[in-house]
Amino acid sequence: MTAHANILTPGTLADTAAARVTVTAAPGRLSLRARGDLSALETALGVTLPAKIGSRAQANGIEALCLGPDEWVLLTAPENVAAVEAAGAAAYEAHPHSLVDISGRETTVAIDGPRAVDLLTLGLARDPETVAAGEGRRTFFDGQTVILWRDAESKFRIDMWHSFAPHLLGLLETGCRELAAETL
Amino acid sequence: MLLIHCPYCDETLPEVEFTYAGEAHIARPENPSAVSDEEWEAFLFLRENVKGNHYERWRHAHGCGRFFNAVRNTITDKFLTTYEAGAPRPALETLTENGK
Ligand SMILES: [Zn+2]
Repeated sequence: MTAHANILTPGTLADTAAARVTVTAAPGRLSLRARGDLSALETALGVTLPAKIGSRAQANGIEALCLGPDEWVLLTAPENVAAVEAAGAAAYEAHPHSLVDISGRETTVAIDGPRAVDLLTLGLARDPETVAAGEGRRTFFDGQTVILWRDAESKFRIDMWHSFAPHLLGLLETGCRELAAETL
Repeated sequence: MLLIHCPYCDETLPEVEFTYAGEAHIARPENPSAVSDEEWEAFLFLRENVKGNHYERWRHAHGCGRFFNAVRNTITDKFLTTYEAGAPRPALETLTENGK
């Protein structure tokens, strides 16, 4: 396996009165592409795949987010990835699809705090308020494609490719301190 | 910045999430080796370059990833409509009636 210079150790990066930015422990990640009647696949994976872009579902230890008309990202515990892959492989005959382990690709940061939404506007092209709590989107953050998860009103996760993490995390860290320094 | 409606996401989003992909409704010949050099040249290179309402492709590259089609006025940059790839070309009259 290729050693990657930009894989960051989990831990808190910035913690101010405005917001907190934490690199999370890496989850297992899989990319799923499938079309048509998904029922055989859903039965095999034990999760109903959300049909609307941006919506999420959680069951059987899998968290699924719909990214496109035929595309989902699945999060699961790292030790569960092989079982999810095996479940997909067993359903392949019934429903051909693509299920790829992409666990080695991304860094996730958790962002929370009273001004988490303001912090996101530093790099997000779209209005963060258009992503409701409990939803997620693939979108654009300061020049990079990221996946944004909104877990609660002021609680977010951002998945970014490893090599972009130093740049994006630098921006988030500076933003945390700037927002905390602001006198409202 | 332009705001573009993605027909797959059903959301109107900033232009930076999208990439432009040239004129729409240009079908690749089914059997390229059967067409003449002139037909192949037309497929590869000849475009309308419309001044006005232009049927064009866009891709929601930093979003759902899908290609779709749009009608955009190349003078005003106003989008008249966007529609899914493979859908028929909407008639211009249906998009511009009532002087809009
Ligand atoms: Zn889209």
